Amino acid sequence: MPSFPRILLGLFCLLVAILLLAPTLVVIPMSFNGNKSLAFPPVGFSWQWYENFFSSPDWTTSFSNSLIVAIIVAVVATVIGTLAAFGVSRAAARTGGLLRALLITPMVVPGVVLAIGIYAVYLDTHLVGTVTGFVLAHTMLAIPFVLIAVQASLEVFDRRLETAASSLGAGRLTVFRTVTLPLILPGVLSGALFAFITSFDEIIVALFITSPYLKTLPVQIYTSITRDADPTVAAVGTLLFLATSLIIIAGLLLGMRRERT
Amino acid sequence: MPVSQRSAGAAIEIRKASKRYGRFTALNDIDLHIRPGEFMTLLGPSGSGKTTTLNLIAGFTDITSGVLEIGGKSVTGLPSHKRNIGVVFQHYALFPHMTVGKNVAYPLTLRGIKGDERDKRVHRALDMVKMADFAHRYPSELSGGQQQRVALARALVFDPPLLLMDEPLGALDKKLREWLQLEIKRIHRELGTTFVYVTHDQEEALVLSDRIAVFNGGRIEQIGTGRELYDSPATLFVGRFIGESTILRGTAEISGGDTVMTIGGQKVLAHGHLAGDARPVILLRPERLALKRTGADIVSGENRLAGTVVEAIYLGSGSKYEIRLADGTTAVVRSPLGSADFAIGDTVDVTFLPSDLILLPDDASADVTLT
Repeated sequence: MPSFPRILLGLFCLLVAILLLAPTLVVIPMSFNGNKSLAFPPVGFSWQWYENFFSSPDWTTSFSNSLIVAIIVAVVATVIGTLAAFGVSRAAARTGGLLRALLITPMVVPGVVLAIGIYAVYLDTHLVGTVTGFVLAHTMLAIPFVLIAVQASLEVFDRRLETAASSLGAGRLTVFRTVTLPLILPGVLSGALFAFITSFDEIIVALFITSPYLKTLPVQIYTSITRDADPTVAAVGTLLFLATSLIIIAGLLLGMRRERT
Repeated sequence: MPVSQRSAGAAIEIRKASKRYGRFTALNDIDLHIRPGEFMTLLGPSGSGKTTTLNLIAGFTDITSGVLEIGGKSVTGLPSHKRNIGVVFQHYALFPHMTVGKNVAYPLTLRGIKGDERDKRVHRALDMVKMADFAHRYPSELSGGQQQRVALARALVFDPPLLLMDEPLGALDKKLREWLQLEIKRIHRELGTTFVYVTHDQEEALVLSDRIAVFNGGRIEQIGTGRELYDSPATLFVGRFIGESTILRGTAEISGGDTVMTIGGQKVLAHGHLAGDARPVILLRPERLALKRTGADIVSGENRLAGTVVEAIYLGSGSKYEIRLADGTTAVVRSPLGSADFAIGDTVDVTFLPSDLILLPDDASADVTLT
């Protein structure tokens, strides 16, 4: 029989969990609404909003825009972030600490402040509403996540293995390719996942640098919900919720595998 | 079956080599010549410079000044991956993401050796260390001793003319260590490769080496065979580091070319004397000393020091005694089987001939650096 404080603790945790999850879970029944309204609880049942998402060009283009930007960002940010993590971990302790603090600023600075700065620069350089513009801005936001993930795996990496590989005849690049990279790969992959998600669901900067010709999915969701009460938003939300859950679970599994080895 | 034809090992020539890290001098002007195919052990306490010397030879760090030649060629500035030297580390350093077979194949792949030839050489190398059945295992599935044998195979599979080992058995238990020592000795005999071995364990050094270089405080104190180091140490540090010893200090005077030491009121005669004005000390090996009843069996010319037995240990092959002498020092004596027995509390004479003692210049640092 659990004691009274334990029951209380359990109830409290349950309350926190509901508080965290409820807003997300509300979206799921709403996406099957029979009427064109965002009312909760929903009335009737239909798949029409899912059909709408896959057939309306507004939704499909913004979705593929987001996908393209996020994939490029994941690649670019992972390469830069991994190299940065190397630099930081191999530099002298003080220099490394300073560099790390500098590289992490995009995570700390309020999004709106960044967005205003980026918007001002983009107006002059005609980057508003371009894939390049989105990729640059999102890469900057994603690098800290890669840096942190890769640095964590570099910390447990045994550098003596590099010395051993070198004694066996491997040059520095070969050492990196055959020994270091395979062993820090879980960190690099989870960094790439974080980078992808950072870009894919980024809204603040995107709202500033978007144009009628290039909208990302979050921007499309935002404009759609402010213009009319279209439950397609709920369908998109449900799909994104499923996709991100799968990605996060994959990331967690990767992390667990890293801990075991 | 040798792994390959006896390849001539490489000679190593180190002249006036120093290594400084900022203001700290890790190696101070050392000279070391290692012959082709020799088993040379670098012996010394931690921080004495032996591992620094190994790292210099391996190319993990560069000398600050001096000459370093391997196989007759200067290797200054040559990175470690171009030196073609096998290295075995204390912590095995096997690649955890590769199987045993892949680990051993790694240096061959880098050298462009492929297919059957590579498989054959991997198998032979693993066979040599008796690990051929483990080729498909991962390092994490092996014990420490097994991992170190794989590391040895990996360091030898590409037939380097020189193998460096940095305390390779330091993390293993005593029984395994002794068995692997014999394995390493056998492999050295079969291959003819030059082996340079770093250890702080003097017994291990004696078991393995053709010659031993004794390091202390960034310098080499003496280079010689185990017998030379034991029987005629050049310094008090070497005498104390190799084997057991008793050190006697006293006031010395030189008469007629010989040295007479007064120790706790008793006189000890030593042949010859030290050059210069160094303060002499006497170093005695336990098996060169004999115990006699006080005043009994006097042999002319022998030295006698009176003392009391404070410890008597039966060892099977003989006995070991500790004797408290008049000046307070403890002398260690090993008596062979069949000599007279003594008990704790007996008053005895410790006796030895002048030719059995070793006269050395005193060195206060020799006492503190022993670890």
